[in-house]
Order: sequence, then C-alpha cells, then structure tokens
Amino acid sequence: MAKPKIAFYWCASCGGCEEAIIDLHEDILKVAELIDIVFWPCAMDFKTEDVKNMQDNEITVCFINGAIRTSEQEEMSKLLRKKSQLIVSFGACSQLGGIPGLANFWDRESIFASSYGGKCPSVDNPDGVVPQEVSEVPEGELYLPRFHNTVKTTDQVIDVDYYLPGCSPAPYLTMQAITTILSGDLPTKGTVLAPNKALCEVCSRNDSKPEKLSIDKINRVSLVEVDPEKCFLAQGIICMGPVTRSGCNGENDGRCIAANMPCRGCYGHPSEVHDVGAKMVAALASVVGLEDEEDMSEADVQKLLDQIVDPAGTFYRFSLAKSYFRRKIMTDSKEEK
Amino acid sequence: MKKIGVFICHCGINIKDTVDVDRLTEELADYPGVAYIENYMFMCSDPGQNHIKDAIHERKLDGVVVAACSPTLHESTFQTVLKESGLNEYQMEIANIREQCSWVHTDIEQATHKAKLIIKTAIEKLKLNESLYPVSAPVTKKALVIGGGIAGIQAALDIADAGFQVIMVEKKPSIGGHMIQLSETFPTLDCSQCILTPKMVALSKHKNIKLYVNSEVESIDGYVGNFNVKIKQEALYVDPAKCNLCDDCTEVCPVLVPSEQDEGLSWRKAIYIPFPQAIPATYTLDVENCLGLEPIACGKCREKCIAEAINYDATDTIIEEEVGAVILATGFDLYPVENIPEYGYGKYPDVITSLQFERILSATGPTGGEIYRPSDGKVPKEIVFVQCSGSRDPEHHLSYCSKICCMYTLKHAKLYKHKVHNGQPYIFYIDIRAGGKRYEEFVQQAVSEEGILYIRGKVAKIYKEGDKMIVIGMDTLSNKKIEVKADLVVLAMGIVPSEGSHDLVKRLKINTDDKGFLSEAHPKLRPVESLQAGFYLAGTSQGPRDIPDSVSQASGAAAKALILLSSDKIYHSPIIASVDEDLCSGCAICVGTCPYGARELNEVSKVVEVNEILCEGCGACISACPSGAAQQKNLTDDQIDNMIKIIASGK
Ligand SMILES: Cc1cc2nc3c(=O)[nH]c(=O)nc-3n(C[C@H](O)[C@H](O)[C@H](O)COP(=O)(O)OP(=O)(O)OC[C@H]3O[C@@H](n4cnc5c(N)ncnc54)[C@H](O)[C@@H]3O)c2cc1C
Ligand code: SF4
Ligand code: SF4
Ligand code: SF4
Repeated sequence: MAKPKIAFYWCASCGGCEEAIIDLHEDILKVAELIDIVFWPCAMDFKTEDVKNMQDNEITVCFINGAIRTSEQEEMSKLLRKKSQLIVSFGACSQLGGIPGLANFWDRESIFASSYGGKCPSVDNPDGVVPQEVSEVPEGELYLPRFHNTVKTTDQVIDVDYYLPGCSPAPYLTMQAITTILSGDLPTKGTVLAPNKALCEVCSRNDSKPEKLSIDKINRVSLVEVDPEKCFLAQGIICMGPVTRSGCNGENDGRCIAANMPCRGCYGHPSEVHDVGAKMVAALASVVGLEDEEDMSEADVQKLLDQIVDPAGTFYRFSLAKSYFRRKIMTDSKEEK
Repeated sequence: MKKIGVFICHCGINIKDTVDVDRLTEELADYPGVAYIENYMFMCSDPGQNHIKDAIHERKLDGVVVAACSPTLHESTFQTVLKESGLNEYQMEIANIREQCSWVHTDIEQATHKAKLIIKTAIEKLKLNESLYPVSAPVTKKALVIGGGIAGIQAALDIADAGFQVIMVEKKPSIGGHMIQLSETFPTLDCSQCILTPKMVALSKHKNIKLYVNSEVESIDGYVGNFNVKIKQEALYVDPAKCNLCDDCTEVCPVLVPSEQDEGLSWRKAIYIPFPQAIPATYTLDVENCLGLEPIACGKCREKCIAEAINYDATDTIIEEEVGAVILATGFDLYPVENIPEYGYGKYPDVITSLQFERILSATGPTGGEIYRPSDGKVPKEIVFVQCSGSRDPEHHLSYCSKICCMYTLKHAKLYKHKVHNGQPYIFYIDIRAGGKRYEEFVQQAVSEEGILYIRGKVAKIYKEGDKMIVIGMDTLSNKKIEVKADLVVLAMGIVPSEGSHDLVKRLKINTDDKGFLSEAHPKLRPVESLQAGFYLAGTSQGPRDIPDSVSQASGAAAKALILLSSDKIYHSPIIASVDEDLCSGCAICVGTCPYGARELNEVSKVVEVNEILCEGCGACISACPSGAAQQKNLTDDQIDNMIKIIASGK
C-alpha cells in the first residue's frame, strides 16, 4: 500500500510554525517512515507546478500555517484544498489570523503608506517606490501577488477539517494529531486538536485567586514586580488564561505562565466562546472594581478601565481576523468583502 | 428540526393597524422550521387559545411562537396552553410585536418589517430551547416583620392570626412607630393612641408573635421561602421579666436626655420607658448616655432596683432565626428641617415641626395637651402653618408630594381652634390635596366653620421681631408679598424614608427608587411585593401615605406573604444559570459576581456549581464567564448569537 502523503505549507507567518515541525526532532523520523512528505517549500525544493500536477485528493493531509494576506496565499490554499483529503489549519495565524491579523486595523493603503512612505525607520526607500502588481521591465512583465486589504484566516478562504492552535502549536499536540489522523480514527470535522478547558484549569496559580476576584488597579508586567506564585489577574495584570485553551505545555503551567508572564491567548478560545475579545472584556468588566462597585461613579469606572493600555491589541492579539468585527470598517468599500 | 407553529395576534387593532399581519403570515410561512402559521384577532381569548391547541395536535407541533404583547402579560397564558396540549411550557416563545413594535411605530412598512425580524428571532431562539421544569424547594412557615410601626404591627397580626409564626424586629425600645406620637388622626379625629395601643397589646400577647426590640436585622441569607436571619439585639441591661415598672430607677438617674417620644420638647433619663403604654412594658438603659455602667461611675439605678432587674454586665446578642417571608415596614422620618435654614428652626424655639406640634396637642405630651409655645409657655394667639416644607421643590428639596401634610396641617389647625377658640390659624399652601375618603368634607367643614385662613403661596423667610415670628411669603394668587406676624410657626415637613430603612436596604441590598423608598415589583400590579423574591413592603417605607393606606397595604403584604407561607413548596423559574463541567476551568471569575451567592467552586472537582434555588437567572455570571462554560438556560450564547444574526442581517 502506498504511504500516506503529507504536505506542509506556509502563508502569512513568521516561520515559527515551521520551526515547530522541526521541533518534532526524532519523532518526525518515526512518522517519516510511515509517510511521504510530498510538499514542504520551507524545507525542501518543490514547485507549485508539482502540486498542480497531482491528482485531486492525492495528498492525505496538508498542514497550512499562516494567515491569508495575499492573492498568492489564497490561490495556494485553494489549490491545496483541491489536492488534499484533509486540511489542518496549523497555528494561531491560520486559525485566528494571529499577529498578522492585527493589520486589519488598517488597510492596504495605510499599510503601504506606513511601510513605503518613509514612516518606517528600517525601510530605506528615498524614491517612495510602492510595490506594483505588474511591473514593466526590459525582459517583459513581472507580477507580484496582490496585497489584500483584509487578513483572513484559512477557514475564511477554504474549508478546513481540523485546527491545531498555538503560536506555535506544541510539538506533542502535532504528533498526537498526525498519529490520530494516520490511525484513520478521525475526530468530528471542525475539531480543535487541543484540550477544550481554559488555561486556569492547569494553572498552579489558580488557587491563589481570591474567592471574590475584584481588580481595583490594572498593572503591567513591565511596571510592577510580579509575584511568581500569584494569579496574574489577582495582581491586576491582564492574563488571557481564562479565555484561552490549555495545552500549550501539557498538564503543566502555560508556557508563558511558567516564564512568569501572563497568558497572551495564542491557543485561542474554548469551543463555546464566539469572540475572544468580547468574552474577555465582559469577564474583566464583571470583576473590575467589583468590591467597591456601589461606591464608584461612572468617572471612577472609566478611570480604572482607562488603565488598560491597547485594549484591542490585548484582547484580540491573536484573534482579530476571526472576531465578530474582523476588521476596521472600510469607509469606501474598496475590494473584497 | 423542531416543527414550530407561529401565531400572530391582531390584538384587536392594537397590532393590526400598524403591522400587516396577513403579509407577515404569508412571508414567514416558508421560513425554515415553521410548520404552521396563522393570524387571529385575539390570540389570548379562549377561541384564540383553542386555535393553538388544535394546531399543536393536528400539525404535531414541537413548539409555538406567539407574536403578540409583552411576555409580562400573557406568557403564563400561553405556557398553560402548551402544558394543556402536552408540550413543555418552555417550548413557547413570545415575540413582542405590540409594546416593542406596533405601539411605538406609525409607518406600516417599517413596522411590518420589524415585526418580521422580531418573530424570526423568537423562532431562532425557540429552535434551541430545552424543555425545562420548575425548580422546587420547601418553605419555612414563619415570617419576619422588620419595623414595628402601624404597618408592621398590622402585617404581623394578620399573619399571626392566620396561624403562622412571626418574628418582629424593632429598632427602638417600643413598637408603635410614629403613630404613637400622634394626637388625633384625620379625618375622624379619633385619638391615635386609643386606636393603636389595643393593637400593640394584642401583638405583645399573641402566642404566634416573638418580638425583639432594641434590635436590628444584621443579615438575611438564603432565598425565598428559606431565609436565615441574623438579628442583633442590644444588651438587655434591664431584665423585662424581673422589672416591675416601679419607676424607681428613673427617679435616681442623674442624666437628662431630650425625649425622642416628645421630639425633644421634654426630657427623659438615661434609664427610661419611652412612654407609659410602651410594648414591651419595660425600661431601657441608654448606654450612650449612661454615666458608665459601673458602680464606681454611678450605679444609682442598680442600687435602687429592689427587683434586681438591672444587670450592667449584659452584652449584645446575635439571634438567628429562620423564616420563609420578610415584610419590610421600616417607615419614614421627617425631611431634615436643618436643610431649610431660612425658616430659622433651631434658632427660634417658636418655629417647630409638625411632629412637635402633634406632641403639644397630645394628652400624653409635654404640655398635657394644652397649647403653649416652647419659648415662654404663652398660648399662641396666631399660628402660621407652612405646608410643603421641603416637599414639591425639586430644585432645592424633595421633588415629590409627601401626601399627608395637607391633611395633618388642617387637622392641626382644627385641633388648635378647638383648644384656643379665639386663636387665628393661617395656612400657607401650594394646593390642597384631599383625595381620600371623607377628606374633602373635612377640608370644607374646616374652611367654612373654623375660620382657618388659607394663603396660597410659599414662605420665603421666617425671623423674629420682638416676641413675634415674622413669616414672609408670596401670595401666588394676588402676586403680592405677604407678611404674617405669628406667635408660633409649625412646619409641615415632608417625609423621607427612615434612617433605619436606609441602613437596612444597604445591608440587605434591597432595591429602592431614586428617592430611597423601597421599590415595588410593579407600580400598578405588584405594589406590595419587592423585586427581591420573598420580600414584601408595607407602609411608608414604600412611599408617603397615611394610616388607612399603611394599614391596607400592610394587610396586602401579609396576604402575599401568607400565599407563600401556606404553600408546601415554592417553585422557581428554571431559566437560570448552568455550568458545563467539560468547559469550566475553575477560574472562579464568576463566583464573586453573583449577587445572590448562588455560585460556588467545588474544591474537589474544581468546577463551579450553581445553587439552583438561589440563582435568580440575572445573568451576571454568564457575561463574566470567559470560557463559555456558564450559560443561561434557554438563553445561551448560541441562541443570542443566532438572534443577533437575524437582526444584524436586517432580513
Ligand atoms: C405630623 C404627622 C401627622 C400625621 N397625622 C396623621 C393622621 O392624622 N392620620 C393619618 O392617617 N396619618 C397621619 N400621619 C401619617 C402616619 O404617621 C403614617 O402613615 C404612619 O405612621 C406610617 O406608619 P409606618 O408603620 O409605615 O411607619 P412608622 O410609623 O415610621 O414605623 C416604622 C417603624 O419601623 C422602625 N424601624 C425603622 N427602621 C428599622 C430597622 N432597620 N429595623 C427595625 N425597625 C426599624 C421604626 O423605629 C418605626 O418603629 C401623620 C404623620 C405625621 C408626620
Ligand atoms: S495566572 Fe492566568 S491562567 Fe493562571 S489562574 Fe490566573 S488567570 Fe488563570
Ligand atoms: S445567573 Fe449567575 S450570577 Fe445570576 S443569580 Fe444565577 S448564578 Fe448568580
Ligand atoms: S467563570 Fe466560567 S470557567 Fe470560570 S469558574 Fe465560572 S463557570 Fe467556570
């Protein structure tokens, strides 16, 4: 019998997800015997043509990481969907838009203006050259992919079968996913292949939360000395743990928590949460100033909430593209939906 | 998918005139899930209900959407229709297309479109509704009455007479409230004490009533039908069982304190009985003014007491009681007269409050019922009464009408005329409000026969000249400044919720209106119930009113409490919070947000549990829960999401 064929592809991502595959170390060798890697542009030399030449559904499972930022990523995803039996949306950017998704607070024009318009200190572009989709050169025409206004998640562009969350997905979860898929005993379509309980479940600091959690001051890790044993929320530091799936570090404290940093939410939401930011805002609003609620004026409440720096970036750090809002409203609806 | 029947009501013309019900029926017939749809003139009528029943049987419906008026009105009507048809009543949803649509719009096109969206949201919600069953719990067949004024006394007697135990808690040394201070009562002019004291005695002798005076309710935990009450009783320095009321102690006590009963117009001792008919009939040692509870400091009363009833070592006690229902009858206070400095109260002894005047008129008062003015004991020949002192003045004082001042002022003027025949009473007034039974006759008789002079206007200033009080006002009929020289001025103070009421509502978290009076559950249809289940309201704690109204409201509150006490079980809506154990991370964020203490983190399973009887379904925890584990039954995030999607799509 022919070995199952596996593909890996990357879209708008930092490369960390590719590292996460490499991080499987010798485990990868165990599966390598059982599978054929038929496409992995980051690690091996394949061409788009190779994929195009495959039969439909020839690939058993394709792991796509990164968000969809450009027309090329969109086309490749669609092509891979056609050629694959299963698509696993791999990593936070693919599942939720991730950090690239935060660009949805802007649009192409403003991004280009900032990156190529001389505002970006690390870009040396005295002539103000802006990338064009078609450029005339002596040899003929050159094409660049179209840069979309909106960053999308993989499942906003193609049908997705499973998700592996995280920035980046923990190798043990990736291994589990591969073995499960190879076993043929497939979970229900749409399953997120990680524990469904929020991070507090495994957090050693959870017991230090007071019975009535009331936040009377918002603190930031950079400005206070963080008690390494106490729940971040109980210290007034915003921790996305309660709205984020556990699993980043097995049954142990979350990876960030273990490093004495609050959870930033890369593992995405448990199944019943529809919008990460809205949920966390509602949760925080419920406990901010809870103790003195009755004696607080509107202005007092406002003052307390104003202490939250960059609320959008905090609450939607990884999930803006997958949120109810998805993006900033575009006044003159330019191109895509 | 559920087979849903949609029943659109015309409500006569109330809905039909603004919403095109025929078009709705047509357009919604194909909506996914709708198995049957019709419209009818009055869905709530018997024939209307039968339409629903028939359709349920014939079409084998699983659920029903009634597009009609607010669920506060007919939800239970239609729930019953479902029950009678063998369906679970929670498979019924009301789409409110009257209050939220036809009544507030005029454009038929837009109103019809909006009604369609409202009905679709109800259909979407119903699709995910579970069948639910009311939560039940036993009832403790005992009531707590807080406040021993006439309202509390009446409510306690009614409940006790019906055969249930009553615990009464009164803050002061005796029950009786303000009514025991009054002289005679309008409009019949019967003696207040004469009609009140029989009730006080009946209460003290009632086998079903336990009375705690000098006591306050510290906390009430638990839930409707099953409250745990903590009562703090001040130390009993005088043992009522031993005290033989000889009054020897007061004779030797060297301390003088202004008498509360006489509104500061006389003195009492630091050990005292507030008034001769006090219930319970015993003495109270006022620790705050006593020289020091030690034989070295004083100890005179204990030395003198042959009954050995005085014990300086007594301490405050906390008493715990379990009750099923609570009646709040914490009464009123006068609006603080210091807030109107231009009237000179406090500066001039001959400017007094209406309650002080009641004491002067009372046979048991400081003057034995003779009318002398405080400064020099002269009989006042001219008295000015200032109505609406503090009332109906939204810019400076109370915005509302205190309701009783017109009548008691007139009563004051009359009683004054009965005692001082040649005296002249003047009454400054804004309007005369005499809406009660026989009140208008009371007014007419006084004006025509008693020679009382009414001046329509507000008093701007009161000051002293010689031994006269000069009252400056504006006659709003003639628009002229007016000046009256009087021997005595009586301020008809407005009334506010009592201080005891304020403290209590803060401690017990009871809803009040913007004026601090206790809030009723519905201003018209549930006037004696509080928004907190199991709490009932009686008397002036809920708003200004006279004695007959306080008494009838008290009996109303007692009747409501009796409905509860006479049931074996209480049932509670199942629309409450739930926790999905597979999702709850035990983050415990929700626990502190529950205003009813209904959530607890199970230390073993590390999952939060809901006490179903305590949960009022307020939803606080649900919005607090960051993981989606907490959901409101039949109002889940999924349901709300689906409903929002309909509205947001506008289609
Ligand atoms: C000057 C004047 C004249 C009036 N004349 C008439 C008249 O002629 N005819 C008429 O019909 N009405 C008259 N009224 C109105 C009448 O006094 C009231 O309608 C009646 O007394 C209201 O009774 P209540 O039980 O609601 O309140 P209250 O009499 O105020 O009784 C409340 C009781 O609750 C107690 N209490 C308060 N807080 C607490 C607490 N936290 N814990 C325990 N106990 C507490 C208080 O100590 C008090 O004993 C007059 C009112 C005034 C001011
Ligand atoms: S530190 Fe974060 S993850 Fe840990 S218990 Fe607190 S909120 Fe939850
Ligand atoms: S809905 Fe939640 S917060 Fe509200 S009473 Fe119930 S358990 Fe408490
Ligand atoms: S907030 Fe939600 S997840 Fe956290 S303890 Fe409460 S129910 Fe569980």
